[in-house]
Amino acid sequence: MTEATSSTDVERYDFDVVVIGAGGAGLRAAIEAREQGMRTVILTKSLFGKAHTVMAEGGAAAAMGNVNPNDNWQVHFRDTLRGGKFLNNPRMAELHAKEAPDRVWELETYGALFDRTKDGKISQRNFGGHEYPRLAHVGDRTGLELIRTMQQKIVSLQQDDEREFGDGEKFLKVLHEFTVTEVLLDGQSVSGVFGYFRQDGRFAAFEAPAVIFAAGGIGKAFKVTSNSWEYTGDGHALAMRAGATLINMEFIQFHPTGMVWPPSVKGILVTESVRGDGGVLRNSEGNRFMFDYIPDVFKAQYATTEEEADRWYKDPENNKRPPELLPRDEVARAINNEVKEGRGSPHGGVFLDVSTRLPAEEITRRLPSMYHQFKELADVDITAEPMEVGPTCHYVMGGIEVDADTAAARVPGLFAAGEVSGGMHGSNRLGGNSLSDLLVFGRRAGTGAADYVRALGDKRPALAAADVAAAAEAALRPFAVAAEDHGPLENPYTLHAELQLTMNELVGIIRRDHEIRDALVKLDELDKRLPRVSVAGDRRFNPGWHLALDLRNMLVISRAVAMAALERTESRGGHTREDHPKMDPEWRQVNLVVALEGDTVTLTRQPVPTIRVDLLRLFDREELGKYLTAAELAVLDQEEATK
Amino acid sequence: MSYQGRFRVWRGDDDAGELADYSVEVNEGEVVLDIIHRLQATQAPDLAVRWNCKAGKCGSCSAEVNGRPRLLCMTRMSTFAETDVVTVTPLRAFPVVRDLVTDVSFNYQKAREIPAFAPPKGVQPGEYRMAQEDVARSQEFRKCIECFLCQDTCHVVRDHEENKAAFAGPRFLMRVAELDMHPLDSADRVDAAQDKHGLGYCNITKCCTEVCPEHIKITDNALIPLKERVVSRKYDPIVWLGSKISRRS
Repeated sequence: MTEATSSTDVERYDFDVVVIGAGGAGLRAAIEAREQGMRTVILTKSLFGKAHTVMAEGGAAAAMGNVNPNDNWQVHFRDTLRGGKFLNNPRMAELHAKEAPDRVWELETYGALFDRTKDGKISQRNFGGHEYPRLAHVGDRTGLELIRTMQQKIVSLQQDDEREFGDGEKFLKVLHEFTVTEVLLDGQSVSGVFGYFRQDGRFAAFEAPAVIFAAGGIGKAFKVTSNSWEYTGDGHALAMRAGATLINMEFIQFHPTGMVWPPSVKGILVTESVRGDGGVLRNSEGNRFMFDYIPDVFKAQYATTEEEADRWYKDPENNKRPPELLPRDEVARAINNEVKEGRGSPHGGVFLDVSTRLPAEEITRRLPSMYHQFKELADVDITAEPMEVGPTCHYVMGGIEVDADTAAARVPGLFAAGEVSGGMHGSNRLGGNSLSDLLVFGRRAGTGAADYVRALGDKRPALAAADVAAAAEAALRPFAVAAEDHGPLENPYTLHAELQLTMNELVGIIRRDHEIRDALVKLDELDKRLPRVSVAGDRRFNPGWHLALDLRNMLVISRAVAMAALERTESRGGHTREDHPKMDPEWRQVNLVVALEGDTVTLTRQPVPTIRVDLLRLFDREELGKYLTAAELAVLDQEEATK
Repeated sequence: MSYQGRFRVWRGDDDAGELADYSVEVNEGEVVLDIIHRLQATQAPDLAVRWNCKAGKCGSCSAEVNGRPRLLCMTRMSTFAETDVVTVTPLRAFPVVRDLVTDVSFNYQKAREIPAFAPPKGVQPGEYRMAQEDVARSQEFRKCIECFLCQDTCHVVRDHEENKAAFAGPRFLMRVAELDMHPLDSADRVDAAQDKHGLGYCNITKCCTEVCPEHIKITDNALIPLKERVVSRKYDPIVWLGSKISRRS
């Protein structure tokens, strides 16, 4: 190790609120914290404006009722619970449905330009699982619009501070290409974070009483994924190490339509809007197979014939929706089964066809980035031929357990919003509910953190010098491994590839008891090899070093997923057990909670928060009968009788 | 379908470096970024490259391939012959951090110099009404993924460091045009486009449009209309008279 590489110098910063992540949730949280007078810093692994949110294509679900005036928060709430198979934190789903319209309208005051209806309002599109057209959108690049809008809002807040104080970064600073490796504690409470600048590898510690995790998901633990390199479960893992709990980690959303060819783009997302706008799924025999996969719980809401399904696009009032628009878990399982039974496309997917459904110019107008993506990456013209698609790891429903109203985790000073938090989406997230989730709970996390900091007064937790030094030493360990001699050195890329294959094959879309056990054995082996991971080069923008540090997070999160997946002996949403194919009302009452005790991942059960009776009344009795236990229904009936 | 491709990749920093020769496996359907990743995993674990989405949506993996500004994730290997040597270098207009990663802070500085959207007074959230055909003009520019290839290729700054202070570059002049065309923006941006952001440096050679991976017509739809607005104001005799009178008072 050279002197520059081994330097343990640490820059020190002092803030009220640290936001980790600059996607939709992080930016919205930071805007809120700043507007409440908090000195706020955003730390992000990528460049400012590049967050994974830009990949969101379809839109932000908000019951504004611009296209169908029958829409309201109650209908949105109902759809969200159906999508999540009633495992959602009901308070989160309620707040989300109620507040999403305000959060979308607010973006217009920041300068966002959504697509419009004929009367000049924000247009809304159909999407899987949503009863009415509900997604505010901009073509198929809605996530980019959200990020750019909030990025520009942050710049505008900085411009205000520049005018008023002569310092644009007085209250709001963005440090990009910065990776957090530790959350630091004072007793049980958060005192700050430690990490490194990717550009030159120098260290920095931030003393701050409130830390908001908006760090996204875990998709990079899987081989076929729509997620980018950043999605290494940092937020989940760091929060767990700080003492927070994670819930619902067994629920992973495999988006039904990822590209399957060419191999180098396998997993890249094909937006659900293709189906929302009329695209249909066919197998190699030319059949629209989704009609064969409508589960009982959804029979009342979906068309059973192609004729009715096709009429729905023009006349949704009098027809039921096409089964291509079932929630994502249903469609992904159906595609998986078609391929398994030999009715797949040449490259192991199924056909998604919009070319025979819409005129070419309509396709390029409504789905411009899909058109370019296929044209440029696969040499396929989607206006003239079908796409080949298959499931891809897309989103983790599980995450940091938080209080619905304040986004506070169990550790004082730790908050979480967006994909890194758990509960909102239950066992399966509806498309479009992510962008709205980011806005609603990003803002709430900003408020929650500001309230917490104000309540502390001057009794702030302090950063311990010894903890900072230990964090610096831990971050440098991969450079020091070569100097020791306890066995062969490990290549971080090799270890990562083995982990991805393990999770994909053994804890993927369809799970079996013995395979999950095999995965846990393999994870034991990888855990043992992790300390032998060694890196070449120095600390300046060194991807090998970055991956070596990220691996620790991916491994612990993979274990959390596998343990929860083994424990839940039923199939629900983003967790399908071939050996336990049925949904079990008893399991609906159970959240699986993972935590860390020392280095050991623990798993416990706790009850799912009760759904208030006024919210249950939004559903009819027959539908509730499909999800709730006899005991729960009896309580409800009793309430109804005494009303 | 695989073959061993020949690559020359810039290794080094802003002070020193060289093109390193590599022979790397190339498979059907791959893009240049796949090759860079294979190089990292097998031969050069510390090779620095910036990337995120690998789908042409985030604009992170900007570099130059055979001297042309490109997104590495959208440059298909099938556009080269198997015998070609493919040269990958960092963006030329910005300082090199390491290998293929450049310091793009110039762009973030310029972004901060453009006054933000000015919301219309008295219009409440939820009451914004705009016609699709009116928002469509600015929406084209909001497709921008901030890859900064246009900033890299623009000859005003590509080899003229001295122009950087006075010139926002195509991406941010387009941002001015976008706000100027926003149906509800209440600020006047025309004079500043010329006087503060350096629109006059642009002589509409369309290099920016040519490299734009989003196929935004930067020159035709943003820069030329903005220039026309500047010209019509500067040479409009009534505007000229008005500005003289107001200056006197």
